[in-house]
Amino acid sequence: MTSSYLHAPGFIAGDRPKIVTSRFEYADSYKIDRFIATGGYQGLRSALSRPAQTVHDDVKSATVLGRGGAGFPAGVKWGLTPQEVWPRYLVVNGDESEPGTYKDRLLMERDPHQLIEGCLIACYAAGLSQCFLYIRGEMAVAQERVAEALNEAYEAGYVGKNILGTNFSVDIVLHWGAGAYVVGEETALIESLEGNRGMPRLKPPFFPAANGLYGQPTIVNNVETLANLPWLMTNGVDAYTAIGTKTSPGTRMVAVSGHVVRPGVYEIVNGTTTFRDLIYGQEFCGGIRNNNALKAFVPGGGSAPWFTSDQLDLPFEGSQVGAAGSMLGSGAIMVMDETTDIPAAALTLTRFYAHESCGKCTPCREGGTWLERILSRVVDGKGTDADLAQLIEVGESICPGDFPHASNEALGLTAVPFPYKMTTICFVGPSAYVPVHSALTLFRSEFEARITKRTMIKVTAVGVSS
Amino acid sequence: MSTTESHNEAEIVVDPNAVSMTINGKTVQARKGEWIIAAADRTEDFIPRFCYHPRMESVGMCRQCLVEVEGPRGPMMVVSCMTPVAEGQVVRTDTDIVKRAQEGMIELLLANHPLDCPVCDKGGECPLQDQAFSHGPGESRYVEEKRHYEKPIPISGLVFLDRERCILCDRCTRFADEVAGDPLITFTHRGNNTQVMTFPDEPFASYFSGNTVQICPVGALTAEPYRFKARPWDLQQQESTCTTCSVGCRTVVQSSRDEILRYQGVDSDPVNWGWLCDRGRFNFQSTNSPNRLSTPLIKTESGLVSASWTVALDETARVLRHAQPGSIAILGGARGTNEDAWAWAQLADALGVDMRDAQLDDGLPAEIFGYPNATIDDACSAATVILLAPDLKEELPVLYLRLRGAAEKKKIRIIEITTHDSGLTRYAWKSLQHEPGHQAETVQQMLSTPEMQEQLGRGSVVVVAGRSNLAEAAHHTMAVVDTIATTVSQVSVLPVLRRANVRGALSLGLAPRGTSDAAAILEASANGKVDCLILLGADPLSDVPDADLARRGIAGARHIIAIDTFLNNSSAHADIVLPAAAYGEKDGTTTNLEGRVTNVAQSITPHATSRPDWMIAVELAALLDHDLDILTLQDIQTRITQTVGGFDGLSVSVAVRKNGVLVSVPPISPLQVHHDAAVKRNAYEFRLVVARKLYDEAIGTAMSQSLAALAPGAGVFVHPHDLERVGAKDGSSVRVSNTTRSVILPVHASMTVARGTAFVPFNQKGVDIRELLEATNGVTDVQIANIS
Amino acid sequence: MSRLTDAHVALAKEIIGRYPRPKSALVPLLHLAQEQDGYITRDAMVHIGELVGVTSAEVYGTATFYEMFKFEPVGKYVVNICGTMSCALMGSEELMHHAEQRLGIKAGGTTPDGMFTLEHAECQAACTEAPCLQVNYRYRYRLTPADLDELIDDLSAERLTHEIPPHGTVAKVRQHIASHRGVGVVAPELVTESPAWLNGKAAL
Repeated sequence: MTSSYLHAPGFIAGDRPKIVTSRFEYADSYKIDRFIATGGYQGLRSALSRPAQTVHDDVKSATVLGRGGAGFPAGVKWGLTPQEVWPRYLVVNGDESEPGTYKDRLLMERDPHQLIEGCLIACYAAGLSQCFLYIRGEMAVAQERVAEALNEAYEAGYVGKNILGTNFSVDIVLHWGAGAYVVGEETALIESLEGNRGMPRLKPPFFPAANGLYGQPTIVNNVETLANLPWLMTNGVDAYTAIGTKTSPGTRMVAVSGHVVRPGVYEIVNGTTTFRDLIYGQEFCGGIRNNNALKAFVPGGGSAPWFTSDQLDLPFEGSQVGAAGSMLGSGAIMVMDETTDIPAAALTLTRFYAHESCGKCTPCREGGTWLERILSRVVDGKGTDADLAQLIEVGESICPGDFPHASNEALGLTAVPFPYKMTTICFVGPSAYVPVHSALTLFRSEFEARITKRTMIKVTAVGVSS
Repeated sequence: MSTTESHNEAEIVVDPNAVSMTINGKTVQARKGEWIIAAADRTEDFIPRFCYHPRMESVGMCRQCLVEVEGPRGPMMVVSCMTPVAEGQVVRTDTDIVKRAQEGMIELLLANHPLDCPVCDKGGECPLQDQAFSHGPGESRYVEEKRHYEKPIPISGLVFLDRERCILCDRCTRFADEVAGDPLITFTHRGNNTQVMTFPDEPFASYFSGNTVQICPVGALTAEPYRFKARPWDLQQQESTCTTCSVGCRTVVQSSRDEILRYQGVDSDPVNWGWLCDRGRFNFQSTNSPNRLSTPLIKTESGLVSASWTVALDETARVLRHAQPGSIAILGGARGTNEDAWAWAQLADALGVDMRDAQLDDGLPAEIFGYPNATIDDACSAATVILLAPDLKEELPVLYLRLRGAAEKKKIRIIEITTHDSGLTRYAWKSLQHEPGHQAETVQQMLSTPEMQEQLGRGSVVVVAGRSNLAEAAHHTMAVVDTIATTVSQVSVLPVLRRANVRGALSLGLAPRGTSDAAAILEASANGKVDCLILLGADPLSDVPDADLARRGIAGARHIIAIDTFLNNSSAHADIVLPAAAYGEKDGTTTNLEGRVTNVAQSITPHATSRPDWMIAVELAALLDHDLDILTLQDIQTRITQTVGGFDGLSVSVAVRKNGVLVSVPPISPLQVHHDAAVKRNAYEFRLVVARKLYDEAIGTAMSQSLAALAPGAGVFVHPHDLERVGAKDGSSVRVSNTTRSVILPVHASMTVARGTAFVPFNQKGVDIRELLEATNGVTDVQIANIS
Repeated sequence: MSRLTDAHVALAKEIIGRYPRPKSALVPLLHLAQEQDGYITRDAMVHIGELVGVTSAEVYGTATFYEMFKFEPVGKYVVNICGTMSCALMGSEELMHHAEQRLGIKAGGTTPDGMFTLEHAECQAACTEAPCLQVNYRYRYRLTPADLDELIDDLSAERLTHEIPPHGTVAKVRQHIASHRGVGVVAPELVTESPAWLNGKAAL
């Protein structure tokens, strides 16, 4: 067995523009010497050589979209802080844990200085006087790499008091969690950072930009979002917007997992690359394993409604995917081939969200587990027709009204666009229903088959390995 | 009132915070910053809710109060407990989607609820049960196994927790953290396994734990004294005022079959906001105590024996008739109603009694009421609150809650001048510690500090003044209150004397005449100058700080008449004991520490033959040929409003309303404050601080079985360094001595006690610290010796 | 059943000092306690409450929310096999069955020798390398049952101690902010002015 400790594997380079993965080819990409030798901290110098407001304006006009899931432009987010309320904080969301998602950990393990540089640029531009870098508790190596990088950067004068001899001073504090998916939600992240149970707060009134950490204006940005900033500062807005589309400029890190030939993490051109490119393209995943047929795929992390081959030609672009009934989320595609046991696959996600409920909102706490129990029974072949109806009923208590789903020609379905209505504070509760609804809408017959047989079906694995 | 009202358009003042909105098509007036649910509560459209509580921060957790609000992209579903009102807002609580969501929420809440309503104390008054009927789907389709927990578990001596019934609304946990400041119960674990718990094997030891039972929207939290005692539909209830201390919290007294079974807090905006302390909530058990006095008692050669009222009253009248002029004294009256106090004052006047005092030398002189008066609300909205008071958490717990809340919300700044850390110390802006008797220097220093001067100049200043140390003479506090009142502008005083109706009793005629206060009366009695000492609900042997004085006073009285609910240390020495009706057994009014008059209500018939104090006074007056012209309670109330200055605006019908009415009392006696120099230390190394804890040997606590065990017991507390110096171990016995006497007490280390002082809780089971207190000295210095 | 050692108290104080509010250090301090004892003891929670100025109940409430904290002793190596979608699609259930057989325990159990605790884990952010697992939060990727056997052999023989510390230690490298380099913490209520560099001028 190879020692996979030193390098997070999974990244697959290609002949494409690289904004955040340019150093991944070096074995010592995480060391400060390599970082500086490859243009590191040049973006910071470039930012500091201009007034903060100009830097902020650049981030705004470059339309750097948030890479955490919601896709909100970072520059706009920074501008939502109330006037003249100080201090303001930066909280870096490194709590990557959305099913299917694997990119922030790569960025932290492979190029921690790039992230640190991004944090510094954000703090400078938005007047944030302390930065808390929150890394998921289970990511031991990411924590080590970032700690080591911070120690190096402090020592070298890039972080801390009077950075590069200027009046710009900011501390970056490494913080780490202890295992709770919901903490990836920004208000829960703040609660957790305050030493509390990581339970989301209602927005409004708790919009972090106005009322965040310790009640102060707080910017919460995703790791990948911040990792974009050094390149943007070094190369300029025009170079950045030249990549991708007007609404989705730059690149995105996308993890494609499941039944593909070459699962991996790719830095792709934003807005133009299609799902077909990603799943079937030779420079990407190279198709489905064993030349099997594609059954379904999750386009944007476990919380996203499912697509089928009908949606393959959609580009990786937020508004189009939203109109088609799903979301891009955190850049995670999970591919299911024809051998997949759909109810069992749906159960793995519903179980995840039920397990990760913080317990605050009734519909999520009670409904998520209820969904899991029913679905589990159905998967075990012990379900009834009433159970299928009950799944929808429980789901509607979490998300009343029309629920988004993809169009499907064979089934005669037209798309219901994203998003859904919800009775919960955050997306964990609805996300428990998403796989249930998608699977039942697109593959109802598989559920009915389980029930009409009325026999025990022993399910040993999801998707028969071949 | 004018019948011709004309409104000139120009006269209408537009409130900048007024908001006009519609709920289900009806226009509702609201104020900016209000939540939708609060506005809806003024309409007929009830929005179901579990986690929302108007006296706590919203959390938007149970999701039951979802409503639809028109937005730019059509109707949006929002929680009404955390969505603010807005001008022109269109709210609907009755659409299909809202009903569907509300029904769905009830179904989900009931999914893991055991539905054991038939054996649940909450059944019949349960918000979950009620709203399941009014807003629920009518049936449950949940066929899965429900959550199981051990049930119920005691989380303190008073409260039981049944986690299966809990719907995780965060009310109790929020209360403990946000209102009480005792975050000893919290959510633990996560998601579907979330539960409310204490730290393992550590009790929910909060003075306010009973409130969590009251606000629990299901039967998850139950109070030991009420468990399985009654069904809500069997309860009769009367709104009343708690008379455990002088805060005057509004309560509902609930009884069944002529027995008091429960008190619940009522939300009085200027006073208690719905909260009660546990002592006030659970001491109804003493009313039901089998140890209550049932008949009058008369002393015979074989001790006190039962007698009829006729005989006892005749005998009392005989004693009074034969007393020398000017040799009758009355101590007490602060535990009764205004009417009791007034009637006894009338009798005293008729008999020419000058020796009277409603206090027992353990408060402050009645002159304290002579300063400009502050209300609780004044204190909670002042720029600065100066605490020159006992630990409010121990003595006036709900006032502590109010001040703590105001300080936490940064509405007030507290400057505490104290001999030891109190419950409010951690919320104080500045806590200035001084040695007992040296507060004058501390106050002088405070008044000359620029930072303090700036703070005191920021707006109104309320001095909360009370007797903080029973081992120290009251004049030390009076002197510094006077210094502050005459030096700082915009000062008012909130006197915090602790007995429930001390203010009413002092205002209605039971204040000392001239210098004949309780200490002087006892001294006179010791010197044989009292023929008849009337103890009106007073127990000098237990309460007067100078135990020796009390003993000499009781021994020196030729006759003692005691009017009380129990036979206590002092009344056991009486010649005649008359059983008095207790709280809940009589109607009347009471005056709280800020001068607010509210009603107390009769819920049950008086125990056995006991009677209200006022009735006893009236009957005695008649026997002594002084017709007071009183037949009913109403007669007294009419006379009070006609004759007592400050009470003239009072009508009982107003006092019965929950917020009561504030009376203003003119200065009771001219202010005469002695500014003594601080007392120098003698050779002894510890200066004594003696103060009350919430639970002690007070009769209402000792006779309530749920509370009696909560008293900490006697002991002496010193700073850990001092403990080391003494050479004693925590918990071991030490000898505490003044120049003439000594007592033996267990010693404990405490960081809350300043070095060089020793803190001893008052009136605890065990050794009586009062043996070391001397009325003549302003302070008490002791030495502590290790004897183990 | 131990409070934090003096060395850990010193570390704890350094960590607390990085936050404007001490309670923020709660989770890092709980990790420190788990690093010391392998799990979170009752005394450690009491001690941490004292250090950050909250009640033991508050410490307990926060601690039990997070999955990584254990309140009973666990194996020296906690093996977390991911079972969420990407790993499930690639055979994680089979891997779990194999692990259960090999170790002779069910998921959630600990081997009698105290070496291994086996847990079913949720997504570990290595979805392209499915099926994956973590041993004391160190990854192993694309495992076959044979790989798992080899891993357990190596762990049993203590051949991986250089890479995988005993349960409780997560990161082996800690952040340290030298006092001459750090800006230091200011309580938010004491900050009234905008940061110095927001003066309309370039900092460099």
